[in-house]
Amino acid sequence: MSEQRPFRGLAEDPAPAPAGDGDATDAMTFEAAMAELESLVQKLERGQLSLEQSITAYERGTRLRRHCEAKLEAARLRVEAIAFDKSGEPRLEPFATE
Amino acid sequence: MATVSNLREVSVGELAFSLKRTIETAFGLVRVRGELSGLKRAASGHVYFALKDDAAVLDAVAWRGTAARFAFRPEDGLEVVCTGKLTTYPGRSRYQIVVERMEPAGAGALMALFEERKRRLEAEGLFDPARKRPLPYLPETIGIVTSPTGAVIRDILHRLAERFPRRVVVWPVLVQGEGAAEQVAAAIRGFDALPRGGPIPRPDLLIVARGGGAVEDLWAFNEEAVARAAASCRIPLISAVGHETDTTLIDFVADRRAPTPTAAAEIAVPVRRDLLLQTGGLGERLLHGVGRLLKDQRRHVDALGRGLTDPRHAVTLAAQRLDDQSERLERASSLRLERLGGRLGQAALGLRPPRQTLAEARLRLEARAGALADLARDRLARAEFRLGRTADLERLHGMTEARLAAARAAFDARAGLLESLGPGQVLARGYAIVRSADTGDLLPSAEAALAEAAYEIRFHDGVVRARRDGKAEPGQGRLFDA
Repeated sequence: MSEQRPFRGLAEDPAPAPAGDGDATDAMTFEAAMAELESLVQKLERGQLSLEQSITAYERGTRLRRHCEAKLEAARLRVEAIAFDKSGEPRLEPFATE
Repeated sequence: MATVSNLREVSVGELAFSLKRTIETAFGLVRVRGELSGLKRAASGHVYFALKDDAAVLDAVAWRGTAARFAFRPEDGLEVVCTGKLTTYPGRSRYQIVVERMEPAGAGALMALFEERKRRLEAEGLFDPARKRPLPYLPETIGIVTSPTGAVIRDILHRLAERFPRRVVVWPVLVQGEGAAEQVAAAIRGFDALPRGGPIPRPDLLIVARGGGAVEDLWAFNEEAVARAAASCRIPLISAVGHETDTTLIDFVADRRAPTPTAAAEIAVPVRRDLLLQTGGLGERLLHGVGRLLKDQRRHVDALGRGLTDPRHAVTLAAQRLDDQSERLERASSLRLERLGGRLGQAALGLRPPRQTLAEARLRLEARAGALADLARDRLARAEFRLGRTADLERLHGMTEARLAAARAAFDARAGLLESLGPGQVLARGYAIVRSADTGDLLPSAEAALAEAAYEIRFHDGVVRARRDGKAEPGQGRLFDA
């Protein structure tokens, strides 16, 4: 059950973060943030960045990591069911499994 | 004529009802096999159709209550076996069977229908791999279309909770029998119609699930309406109907087919614990990567710091050349001294005082060294500040300052020496510089002086103008030739 699921690249992501905007992590999907974090780590490890670039990469990477971890923390099972009111409009009601 | 009149005359109604009684008594309950045709569902819920084979057609009706209990949804072309009572419909001079039970004429009949339908949808391109949408890596909200009771929903929720708990919206439906297909199709369309940001969260992934069962039990998921709803759904959809060996039409149009409902949950979400390990690992590699890079950069800056001693080397070299020259100067003959003195005089007039040149050079050097030190200090300070480490920086700063002070001291020493060897000192020792009053050219020899009428003689304490009053006395030159 612990198979490694590959992260799709940023280009394929439905909502890629605008490039160069350092604070646009909030709207990123987990997957996109993880993919960018992975690519930053690789660049850093290859040692191709200047001092300034690497510190920027570190700061961005740290933000991405926090974003990913926040997404992982927000893991709560909440189950609801669709029900219909008198006019036939769907609404939510709590769902209880027996 | 008489024979005719011997027959008892009956009304149409009498005959029809007599016929009805006869048929109902004589046949009672029958089991008849045939192909469904002309099937209609009336608004009342009753289902009218005909059973036919090569030779004949038999009208049939299934009352609403009976039709609702059929395990599958009857449709034209399907070979079935119906159990029911024969009766007549006097009003239309018809006989028909009132169906009480209907079953497919063996699994083969259903499979033939399934294959025909599959071919048709495939020809329309609904199974095209290019139509399949990628599933979200980590869905926020999962919509599940299934029965609200039973093991299936329980298993899915249980596996989701184990791997990565999410928000789940269940759209409860009948999963078999009359109306099941319509409900499943309506639920898929209903989820797809939810707006983003509405009161009901729009799922970013759907699971359509049902537990295992006989082919007839799963039949709702072979219905065209269900397959088409799944195909046109814009939310990525996982089908999970029956067991691994069961294949239904919705499996072909779904974006992913899960062999079982539990497997659908596994496809739907990654394992949270694994991802925590992965992000943690990346975070550490990030820290380690930037740490190593900073160490490299610090070594680089240290090397640059050592590079700052280069100006001192240059000064040492110049000083060495000066030492060399002054030695040669002292060892030189008076003529050579005079020549040197002359050249020095010329140089002195043409050049700015060396102290000034040195002072300027020192200022430039200090400015550059300062700027370089500032730059290095600035870069380091920023890097160190971010990492909260400044000890190394201060050590480097101290080293740079010490080296600069040493360079400055060396400068001052050499500047004094240069000054002592300047033309001013030579003149003070009694030498004079003779120039043409006319052109201002230096006159280094008697021969040169003979060509001039007036002179300008520079002593260490002033200038005297003179005129030539005779010829040169060659004897005088000997003094200088010695």
